[in-house]
Amino acid sequence: MPKISVTVNGTSYSHEVEGRLLLVHYLRDVLGLTGTHVGCDTSSCGACTIHLDGKSVKSCSLLAAQADGSSITTIEGLAPEGELHPLQVGFKEEHGLQCGFCTPGMIMCAADLLEHNSTPSEQEIREALEGNICRCTGYHNIVRAIQSASGQLETAAP
Amino acid sequence: MSNKFIGKSIKRVEDKRFITGHGRYTDDIVLPGMTYAYILRSPYAHANIKSIDTSEAAAMKGVVTIMTGEEVGHYGVPCGWQVNFKNGDIMKEPPHPLLVKDKVRHVGDAVALVVAESREIAQDAAEAIIVDYEVLPAVTDASKAVEAGAPQVHDSVPNNICFDWEIGNPKAEVDEAMASAAHITSLDFVNQRLSPNAMEPRSYIGHYDNVYDRYTLYTSTQNPHLIRLLMCAFVLGLPEHKVRVVGPDVGGGFGSKIYHYTEEALVTLAAKKTGRPVKWTETRSEAFLTDAHGRDHVTFAEMGFDTEGKIVGLRIKTFANLGAYLSTFSTAVPTYLHGTLLQGLYTTPKIHLDMTCVFTNTTAVDAYRGAGRPEATFLLERLIDLAALEMGIDPTELRLKNFIAPFDGVTQPGYQTNVALQYDSGNYHGVLARGLEMLGYEDFRKEQAEAAKTNKLLGVGFSTYIEACGIAPSAVVGSLGARAGLFEVGQVRVQPTGSVSVFTGAHSHGQGHETTFAQIVADRLGIPMENVEIHHGDTESVAFGMGTYGSRSLAVGGSAIVKSLDKIIEKGAKIAAHKLECSPDDIEFADGKFTVKGTDKSLTFGDIALTAYVPHVYPANLEPGLDFSSFYDPTNFTYPFGCHIAVVEVDKETGATKVKRFIAVDDVGNVINPMIVDGQIHGGLAQGIGQALLEGIEFDSTGQIINASYMDYAMPRADDFPMFELDRQVTPCPHNPLGVKGAGEAGCIGSTPAVVNAVVDALWSGGHKVKDVRMPMTPERVWTAMQS
Amino acid sequence: MIPQAVDYKRAGSVSEAISLLAENPDAKILAGGHSLIPAMKLRLNSPSLLIDIARIAELRFITAGDGAVAIGAASTHNDIISNADIQSRFLAMVEAGELIGDTQVRNMGTLGGSIAHADPSADWPGVLLALNATVKVEGAGGTREIAAADFFTGFFSTALEEGEIVTEIHIPNPVAGANSSYQKFLQPASRFAIVGCAVAVVITDGVISEAKVAFNGVSGEGAFLDEAVSTALLGKAATLETIEAAVAGAAEGIDINEDHYASKVYRKHLAKVYAKRALVAACEL
Repeated sequence: MPKISVTVNGTSYSHEVEGRLLLVHYLRDVLGLTGTHVGCDTSSCGACTIHLDGKSVKSCSLLAAQADGSSITTIEGLAPEGELHPLQVGFKEEHGLQCGFCTPGMIMCAADLLEHNSTPSEQEIREALEGNICRCTGYHNIVRAIQSASGQLETAAP
Repeated sequence: MSNKFIGKSIKRVEDKRFITGHGRYTDDIVLPGMTYAYILRSPYAHANIKSIDTSEAAAMKGVVTIMTGEEVGHYGVPCGWQVNFKNGDIMKEPPHPLLVKDKVRHVGDAVALVVAESREIAQDAAEAIIVDYEVLPAVTDASKAVEAGAPQVHDSVPNNICFDWEIGNPKAEVDEAMASAAHITSLDFVNQRLSPNAMEPRSYIGHYDNVYDRYTLYTSTQNPHLIRLLMCAFVLGLPEHKVRVVGPDVGGGFGSKIYHYTEEALVTLAAKKTGRPVKWTETRSEAFLTDAHGRDHVTFAEMGFDTEGKIVGLRIKTFANLGAYLSTFSTAVPTYLHGTLLQGLYTTPKIHLDMTCVFTNTTAVDAYRGAGRPEATFLLERLIDLAALEMGIDPTELRLKNFIAPFDGVTQPGYQTNVALQYDSGNYHGVLARGLEMLGYEDFRKEQAEAAKTNKLLGVGFSTYIEACGIAPSAVVGSLGARAGLFEVGQVRVQPTGSVSVFTGAHSHGQGHETTFAQIVADRLGIPMENVEIHHGDTESVAFGMGTYGSRSLAVGGSAIVKSLDKIIEKGAKIAAHKLECSPDDIEFADGKFTVKGTDKSLTFGDIALTAYVPHVYPANLEPGLDFSSFYDPTNFTYPFGCHIAVVEVDKETGATKVKRFIAVDDVGNVINPMIVDGQIHGGLAQGIGQALLEGIEFDSTGQIINASYMDYAMPRADDFPMFELDRQVTPCPHNPLGVKGAGEAGCIGSTPAVVNAVVDALWSGGHKVKDVRMPMTPERVWTAMQS
Repeated sequence: MIPQAVDYKRAGSVSEAISLLAENPDAKILAGGHSLIPAMKLRLNSPSLLIDIARIAELRFITAGDGAVAIGAASTHNDIISNADIQSRFLAMVEAGELIGDTQVRNMGTLGGSIAHADPSADWPGVLLALNATVKVEGAGGTREIAAADFFTGFFSTALEEGEIVTEIHIPNPVAGANSSYQKFLQPASRFAIVGCAVAVVITDGVISEAKVAFNGVSGEGAFLDEAVSTALLGKAATLETIEAAVAGAAEGIDINEDHYASKVYRKHLAKVYAKRALVAACEL
């Protein structure tokens, strides 16, 4: 069995894992980081999106072994304990989530977008979310949440 | 009563756990000693099982147990709604076993359950089970399943007909009205089958505690109490008080998680058998095969008009596909949730629906967001827009000629339809006028004429819809065959320190009850929202409940909470009267204070709460405590309505359609949290537009679903939509204490026909006078329509 | 969905990967894994061993040389579309790369993996054909350079021999007047191409002096160069009329693919439309 060493949300871990163990199952079942979700089998829905060495990837389509030596950030580690990332604030302020299942993947995907493009247009946001499916929001408020997090919206009055 | 929270877009209190990755969905729960289940499913749509050999699988290391139909096939899940044939005979109700032992009836039918130490071993072992199938011809189309010689899904159901049914005026009267019509618009169409696709796949954990002889089922459900009732009383025969059902955070439902699924009972049985917790989480591939689908009607409909454009009659023949087995509410959807909405917003004097509900070799069909009402709306709104094109009348003018006049349901009576319902209140002209104003209708028609000269056609489509929500008055649904009452329960427990725990039988799986309900409680009691917590989803803490579907949570569940709040305030007044030495009639309650009228003598809500639990100086006739539970049974459905307008652009070269604008003016009665209501509308619009343009389950001739994954079934994505343009009209519901009507389904009900109408309008503007483009309106279908 | 049991080894170098492959005939090369792992999850593919080459430094580079740009096989789609040399030379690559999968897929998926997999609907094969690329492969017997037109041999099949891996892709530098474009009609669920058309043209004094038109998605047999369209363009003025006349003969004599999103008739029609759009873009009309 491959032995892997990874840093997840700043903490180092070493485990022996089955070759076939998917990274998402490693995060959820071995490390107990259940904020990363599984919504499909085909690498389509994006609910499992995490950052691998700073880039957004779908953890359902990687083996845990492929991540050996990497640094991983999941939704639980996006902001320091007790604080919120601007995207997390944006999703709450703009009602960018309903059932919450796609939300971690959406936020992780959007975080990658904002890394590369700090003030994306509406169209750029919609295109950047092409690998993430939401069934609740019609994406309207997700787009607004990302606009808000990138400082492109007036803060909505409570 | 204060006015700090109701009507305001309060940010959701539940969000923090979701945005930080700490939501707790069923698959996130790990119990000590947990095992994992995998279900072996039929790869065939229709086949006899000749034999099942589990020996190799059972011998595999790490396999805990294997169950087959031989062991549990005598258990089956029930249907919750009885509909009778036209002649009064009871519908055909063949068994739906937990695992089949004789014959599989759809792709994905469950054959064996493997329980193992890990999900990897469970799947490996399931693949080692050998099933010998004798493959039979399959039928997937409801209108073909009734034909002579069609494959028979159940031996006990001749011609695959579960029941036939009708509603409306006598057929002869409708025929006579249609014979008198100056113009008849007819439409042959399919309202295609959809997969609900809540993003969280279904997940269940069965647990049995042999010390206390108690069962716990964790389930991704929309209604834990209903699951407990059905599973205990109708499936497994377990004592209800020994069974706890928990619906923790649930990742969307849209109807698909209402039903009692076989796997819930299977993990419960397996947990008892193995003495260990058993978790089963479906894959997305399984979800496509086993989560109840929606829609699937094959319809021929005709609408007759007089020379003035007034509708004189509506005549419909529909075959509704129920799938291979009856799901919990499947029989109610094409009938009482569909036929009863065929009046629409129009004064149509004569209506007749002839409905045949049919078994096929397909996944069960049940309520999917809107449930019957989208099908009714689609039929009406397609017909009226098409009639306008055919008669050369503006589609908005044709609607105005036929709208029911405004009525408030208070000083004016409700509107009695020809299809059993009485609408509560409505102003249909108002929503259309506002929609047209937002659209800029005249300018649009000019723009459209210009576009017709280019490679991109423009079209506008209207949909003015009504739906019946707030499901439902128990007496009414009981008389229509429902095997349950559809009331709701709300308990309000004031703690000694004045904080408030509310227990609701509604279940939130995205709707934001923890916020909306808390807004109501905080305002009614005049306390801060953070002093209120809403509990839902656990039969152990919530006394009873019927769950969340049919846009009922606020109208029914919210009203039950209000009833309990009234009791809290009434008792609080008695306590205050005792303490302040006056009559309870002299106490008034406002802004969290009980005050002796006309004086400055008062006690706060917190004082009263403490006194209720520290009753040291209490009169004999006053009980300690401040905790009330109420059942609320509505007196009528609620009837939200609205106007949806789609503007589309059709690429003449490819047939690709782009939604350029989508305007929705909805009247859902009073609104507690506008932000949440808008969010509900947005999501509904995406699903409705998705049906029009993208989604649809497709079968091949052998009954395989050819698009059972996200690589083939087109889920709407962010780049499929523009920003939605929303506005609201408020016509309060006259018969519930909050004046609310419900907003969960409106977006999905109104939007689909608006988009199809817009595409047809675009095609007419280019000279292609087609009646319909079959949904989903793929580029190829639209392009083909333009080649005619 | 869980793959069947499989061993995993990370190769430190190309030569190590090749010897592992030689020792394990049932092994599969794993790069980004975004075609292979989903197939393994669905148990459509069950190798005994995965040889991970994604982190081999010598396979992940983009170098602009005098004659060509060399792209290491393990370069990800995002590596390619964000590379300044690619952006300034091969617009078709950027346009195609941006339409592959989604951001997350583009962060993992590789050029080498995609072309070795040779999905008939994948985007890179058409682009490599139009840009006249060469594929460098290496096996126990040494290295070979294969023209793209010879590399893609059909439905999920290539000229790769057993034991060989793709190491580099060379794309000749554009000459004066050269331009390229990739236009794609997406399948709305998978976002693979129903029709993808890659074109490369050279325009000299307003006349099309070189032209290559390639399609993917159109045929189940894989990406192909449409010689008839290319020929019809040569020596003609770069005008809309020329293009419309040329694309009228697109995808003739080809076994056209069909599925529930596009029949043969419609797909063939789309091939003409997208060839026109790609040519119009490349000719900057």
